[in-house]
Amino acid sequence: MTLDSLKLNQQVTIQSITENGLTSKLTDMGLYPGKSVSVIFKAPFGDPIAVDIDGYTLSLRKEEASLVEVQIG
Amino acid sequence: MKISLVGNPNSGKTSIFNRLTGLNQKIGNFPGVTVDKKSGLLKTSKGSHHILDLPGTYSLYAKTQDEQIVYDILSDPTHADYPDRIIVVADASNLERNLLLFTQVMDLGLPVILALNMSDIAAKKGVVIDYEKLSEVLGGVKIVPVNARTGQGMDQLIAETVSEDSNIPGSSFIEGEFEKGHFLITDPHRQKQLVEERYRKINNILKFVVRQEPTKRSMLKRQRMADKIITHPLLGFVLFLGVLMVIFQAIYAWAEWPMDLIDTLFLSLSQWVINNLPEGVLTSLIAEGIIPGLGGVLIFIPQITLLFAFIFILEESGYMARVVFIMDKIMRPFGLNGRSVVPLISGVACAIPAIMATRTIENWKERLITIMVTPLMSCSARLPVYTLLIALVIPNQTIGPFKLQGLALLAMYLIGLLGALLAAFVFKWIIKAKQKSFLVMELPYYRMPRWNNLAITLWEKVRLFVFDAGKVIFSISIILWVLASYGPGDRIQQAVDKIPEPVTQEDVNAYEKKVASVSLSNSYIGILGHAMEPAIRPLGYNWQIGIALITSFAAREVFVGSMATIYSVGENFEADETLIQRMRKEQNPETGKPVYNLASGLSLMVFYAFAMQCMSTLAVVLRETKKWKWPLLQLIYMTAMAYLAALITYQILK
Repeated sequence: MTLDSLKLNQQVTIQSITENGLTSKLTDMGLYPGKSVSVIFKAPFGDPIAVDIDGYTLSLRKEEASLVEVQIG
Repeated sequence: MKISLVGNPNSGKTSIFNRLTGLNQKIGNFPGVTVDKKSGLLKTSKGSHHILDLPGTYSLYAKTQDEQIVYDILSDPTHADYPDRIIVVADASNLERNLLLFTQVMDLGLPVILALNMSDIAAKKGVVIDYEKLSEVLGGVKIVPVNARTGQGMDQLIAETVSEDSNIPGSSFIEGEFEKGHFLITDPHRQKQLVEERYRKINNILKFVVRQEPTKRSMLKRQRMADKIITHPLLGFVLFLGVLMVIFQAIYAWAEWPMDLIDTLFLSLSQWVINNLPEGVLTSLIAEGIIPGLGGVLIFIPQITLLFAFIFILEESGYMARVVFIMDKIMRPFGLNGRSVVPLISGVACAIPAIMATRTIENWKERLITIMVTPLMSCSARLPVYTLLIALVIPNQTIGPFKLQGLALLAMYLIGLLGALLAAFVFKWIIKAKQKSFLVMELPYYRMPRWNNLAITLWEKVRLFVFDAGKVIFSISIILWVLASYGPGDRIQQAVDKIPEPVTQEDVNAYEKKVASVSLSNSYIGILGHAMEPAIRPLGYNWQIGIALITSFAAREVFVGSMATIYSVGENFEADETLIQRMRKEQNPETGKPVYNLASGLSLMVFYAFAMQCMSTLAVVLRETKKWKWPLLQLIYMTAMAYLAALITYQILK
């Protein structure tokens, strides 16, 4: 399951991030394997999405979120 | 001593920079790139120190041009800006992500100090930090808690920064990744692994250093609530529309009187010079070239100041990031991103501050497209031209509840918007992307803007415009003045001599207008206007319009004044014969039909909607892109677009 397909407020743990030119940007912003995150709200057309990381809000496009493999819990 | 400020965007780095340097700031360029270099002087009792505010970054591994600067400077001891001391500004309420950059900088082996900002927000979130322990686990680095809003902790920060202690961290956080003057890892995959390793280590440290006190989490709750409303599919857009209308109204209405004031001031200054200095070339140069040229630069200050004041509030309050968030999806098909919205909309007031506002777009391709198409939005300088031409050729009728003339004006604005989106769509395919488009962006907490930064920000924008773009605008004004005042040989004098001298006192006024008209049409610009008549005849224009097209390159609204001069009528519409009446009488000598009819009038309006008739905008585009290529391309494509659209309009309607 990837980060772009989650329901709101579903707590998940990041498993891995698919390698792509953007991977390192996502990692810099605090998305790394083992981190617990949740999608907290979405833009009007469902894209981009906003993710909660320890109380800070990161927004990213669905395309970018689809690189992040997550597991519920 | 050279001190560099490094930190995440939104960490309050610029506030700290402002606190350290006050008004002792200057903005230059990093050689070869379009990134502003903000530097300043920190004055202490022991001397002054150079402070460099490096662009905000989340990591030493650069993703954008701005971030590359940080990498370039910190990895090169031979670089002119290589620092002796580094201050890393970190957001205490978001320690994990901020410590990533800090530990990377720390591993460079340079003297470094950690300024922990925003402890007030951390406290509201119930985050309690043990500074001593944090310093200990980070190899003994100096940590100074500061509050950039109140100035708390600044004295200590300054003292620690300039102290003789080396402040070089005792040990590396992660071995083998960075070394003084060397970044050891170049493989992106390995870089990513090391960033992840850093995060895991930081995470472990924070478990011992940071205590989460129980709070009602009301601050976070309020923040989330605000986000629900502001990014709501319906409310979000309504709110944004409301905000835009306020900004738009303000730039239109509030900027008007200071602009009129500047206008009047420079007109009276010119008049004073004419009345008080001996007649001659020098007086004429000062009164008709230099003073109006300066006025033409300064007239934009009210609009620039207002727009940037609003942008400052939107950015600082955290609202701008949400606008980007809700608009991104809509703008993407046009090769733009959410951040293009504000420049585009601001372009309806004036393209100059709008283009300066594209700085917030990190992606170079998207920023460039925004810069290239913003001048197509119908700016306020086009309004006098539209007003004149609409009154001239659009019948004063109503269709249902709407006035036809009002609808025509609305149509002109829509044509501008459509033109901009169309051009953006084309540029999307032409301009090569240096980097993939992405939007991975922090949505910062909502908060009150820091008002003490407002004045510094506005002063910075105004100064950039006046001294950088102003030079080009001023030079072109002088050139245009020379071309409009002089003709080959004594051509102007000969033409003026042919006008019958005024007999009675009443005729003097008419005579002077006639002289002005004849002088202009025999000047170099006049000759150029005549010469280009064959090229513009298919658009339905005569040489008089040709002249006005050239003179209004200084600013579009000059069109009206030039037409008035050419037809020797005053600009005062209440006068006996108005410009509109005079233009209506104008006939085509070959066909005997009126020159200004629906076809030629609309063609001219369409031309003004698309043409790059504004040297000030070109000067700002040059300033922002640092290459002649872009303003020239813009001039060419917009002129071609205007010519084609006007040609089609005229040929269909005639």
